Amino acid sequence: MKNKMYPFYFSVGAIVLYSLFMVVPGLMGFYLSFTDWNRYSSEIEFIGLQNFALIFSRQNYGHSISNTIIFTILTIVLKTVIALMLALLLTRGLKRFANFHRVIIYLPAILPMIVVGIVFRSILHPTTGVLNVFLRGVGLDFLAQRWLTDPQIALYSVIFVDTWKGIGFIMVILIAGLQVIPSEYYEAARIDGANEWDELWKITLPLLTPTLTVTTVLNLLYGLKVFDVVWVLTNGGPGYATETVYTMVFKEFSKGRYGVSTALSTLLFLVMTICGYWLINAMHSKELEA
Amino acid sequence: MLKVKALKSIPAHVLAILVSLVMFVPIYLLFVNSMKDDVQSRVMSVELPNSIHFENYSTVIEQGKLGTAFANSLIYATGATLLVVILSTAAAFVLSRNRSQRNRFLYFFITLGIAMPINYVTLTKVMQATFLINTVAGIIILYAATKIPFAVFLTYAFVESIPREIDEAAIIDGCSPVTLFFRIIFPLLTPAWVTTAILSFLDFWSEFIIPLYFLQSSTKWPMTLAVYNFFGRYESHWNLVSADIVLTILPVIIVYLMGQRYIVSGMTSGAVKG
Repeated sequence: MKNKMYPFYFSVGAIVLYSLFMVVPGLMGFYLSFTDWNRYSSEIEFIGLQNFALIFSRQNYGHSISNTIIFTILTIVLKTVIALMLALLLTRGLKRFANFHRVIIYLPAILPMIVVGIVFRSILHPTTGVLNVFLRGVGLDFLAQRWLTDPQIALYSVIFVDTWKGIGFIMVILIAGLQVIPSEYYEAARIDGANEWDELWKITLPLLTPTLTVTTVLNLLYGLKVFDVVWVLTNGGPGYATETVYTMVFKEFSKGRYGVSTALSTLLFLVMTICGYWLINAMHSKELEA
Repeated sequence: MLKVKALKSIPAHVLAILVSLVMFVPIYLLFVNSMKDDVQSRVMSVELPNSIHFENYSTVIEQGKLGTAFANSLIYATGATLLVVILSTAAAFVLSRNRSQRNRFLYFFITLGIAMPINYVTLTKVMQATFLINTVAGIIILYAATKIPFAVFLTYAFVESIPREIDEAAIIDGCSPVTLFFRIIFPLLTPAWVTTAILSFLDFWSEFIIPLYFLQSSTKWPMTLAVYNFFGRYESHWNLVSADIVLTILPVIIVYLMGQRYIVSGMTSGAVKG
């Protein structure tokens, strides 16, 4: 009866497209990363671990992996902390206009990253950029840096722009998480003489932990895949200072070195799918509890 | 007492306004600079335009061939949105209603895709094998494929909120599964698929990587690629670049402001469970 009422073919389209264009390429990567696949010869030969040896030995590839990790960790921390403060500000700090501010703060999250990047290339320009003009105007000349061209700073500038864009998204999720905490808890705590600091550490944060876990995982998955923001702001430069895994994948791909490119992609595929497996399991068990 | 409370919230209001300003500055910059003349827009600045130049918009539409790019973006985003909504809603309905062991596995398998990164390099082989590389259909299908996991996940839980008795009554009355789905279930799932549609459309409109890998001919480029390219050629004409960007972000801002409610509910479903 169930098979008749809910025919299997309803789900075939989704399963086929998803499998063919996401899963199959991912799995193909496991074989092709052990080959010398490239644009210039039609034969694909097995070369063992050579691509992986290259990835982990050469300076620039190593750079792309460490940059991706730094980017991911810092954006997780910054977005979570700032978004949490803003979420608290808009739920407990003020009641009026909270919705208006939420709409504005979330706005950058929906803009194409390419566009945001172009605007920030202007804002962060060392001599004519709005940021440095402002800093010099208020007498903070020493803070005016070569934001995108100084190898020591460029990665952090990219992280800053990405954080600016991403905070709103995390904040909206955290606001929803805060709103489901029963207000009785706070009232009871008040009666018992708790101050706001106690409330934050003893009520808000513990009850917000499941939501914070989800935002952390979302930030993690996003961070590991980062491409657009780097591409438009610095194109991986200066030198290899801001190169990430996905920018390296594209550069190797453009050079026709598909084997190395696939090996890097496959590494990412493996790490992220394991993270995903863990995430989905966690969500399913949460569903059972609910 | 009331007054004290109002005074106490002043710092909070000031802080919120400052944050909103910081978030809004780039958009302000774009709108203001898009109306300046060539001389004043040599660099992007916060100053208001000396004189208003709306003709920048017509200039970029002609010089940047933006008409085509805009139409491309619209076709890709709309086509892929329709595809992902139909396929995911149908799949989520069946998988959620009939929880056989196979279907439970398939649901798990699909949702795993939420975290899965795309291997663009090997994907080119699949695209060549299916004759979809550098085609409009290829882009639409690829966009849709990337959003299916999230869309199925979002709709799946929602299906549970529709009583099964409705299905049974419809079937007894002689509905086929297809009529049941399109006539009864799909309308009842409107909040779910509208959310999917809005979030997908916004993402598709912003998509940059897929066209970068799979569209060689510039006539097929969407707005994102066209704008990036335009910026490369007119780097010191910030009035034109800004006008170009404003045209790119206008549709997403409109969809965003209209779809507020759905975006928030979509973003938070799954992430927060009471």
